[in-house]
Amino acid sequence: MKTRKTVDTQTPAGADLPESDAMGRPLNPRKTEMRLGREAQARIGQQLRAMYEAVVNEGVPPHISELVRRLSEQDNGAE
Amino acid sequence: MKLDPAIRDQVLGAVPSLRAFAISLCGNIDRADDLVQETLLRALAHIDSFEPGTNMPAWLFTILRNLFRSEYRKRRREVEDADGRYAETLKSHPEQTGRVEFSEFRAALAKLPPDQREALILVGASGFSYEDAAAICGCAVGTIKSRVNRARTRLADLLAIDSVDDFGPDRATRAVLAGGGRS
Repeated sequence: MKTRKTVDTQTPAGADLPESDAMGRPLNPRKTEMRLGREAQARIGQQLRAMYEAVVNEGVPPHISELVRRLSEQDNGAE
Repeated sequence: MKLDPAIRDQVLGAVPSLRAFAISLCGNIDRADDLVQETLLRALAHIDSFEPGTNMPAWLFTILRNLFRSEYRKRRREVEDADGRYAETLKSHPEQTGRVEFSEFRAALAKLPPDQREALILVGASGFSYEDAAAICGCAVGTIKSRVNRARTRLADLLAIDSVDDFGPDRATRAVLAGGGRS
């Protein structure tokens, strides 16, 4: 007797299905159309932050820090 | 009167994130650096209008965002298909957009309407609250929330992130996962 769970193909449509299987794959396409899954949101957030952080980690370019230092030494009141 | 060093350091401290925001907005490093420089020139010329103790990054982001918007509107008058040209720039010069491994993601980001793009970056990457993002963009908090949601949904669509067939990690995702443990 096997105890391993198998995909139940007999469940009628409209039954209380989980939103995704163990791999995070959406089981109910209609639901994911309406609301973005947590998995997808997490992946987008991850890519967005990684892209952003890559630039943040470059720090302050020398010409920018030079500019800020120069401007902050000037008499403010001109312009 | 010279600038208070504490204020100067606050300005410098915001620069890395300000650059990342600028590059995400316009997709081109040269344009982004011009935008950052012009933002800093304006900010320091009008530093008296900054209230000490308030949010320096938000103040600088607001200036940069407004500069970008006025430039964008100008370009739009000049070139009808501003977004299309922007996407072309990304395609022909991927090395100009920062890290090459994010070119696919940047290309998708470039296809979003500017309102949605800036809202998503401010909240999802810069780490501003919905309230701060709303103040930076000069709109209601609810508007920011709905823009962020629409941006996420559209990006998922463009990157085919929800598709079952495409679930296996692609190159871009592997790069992200490999380098993602830093923050």
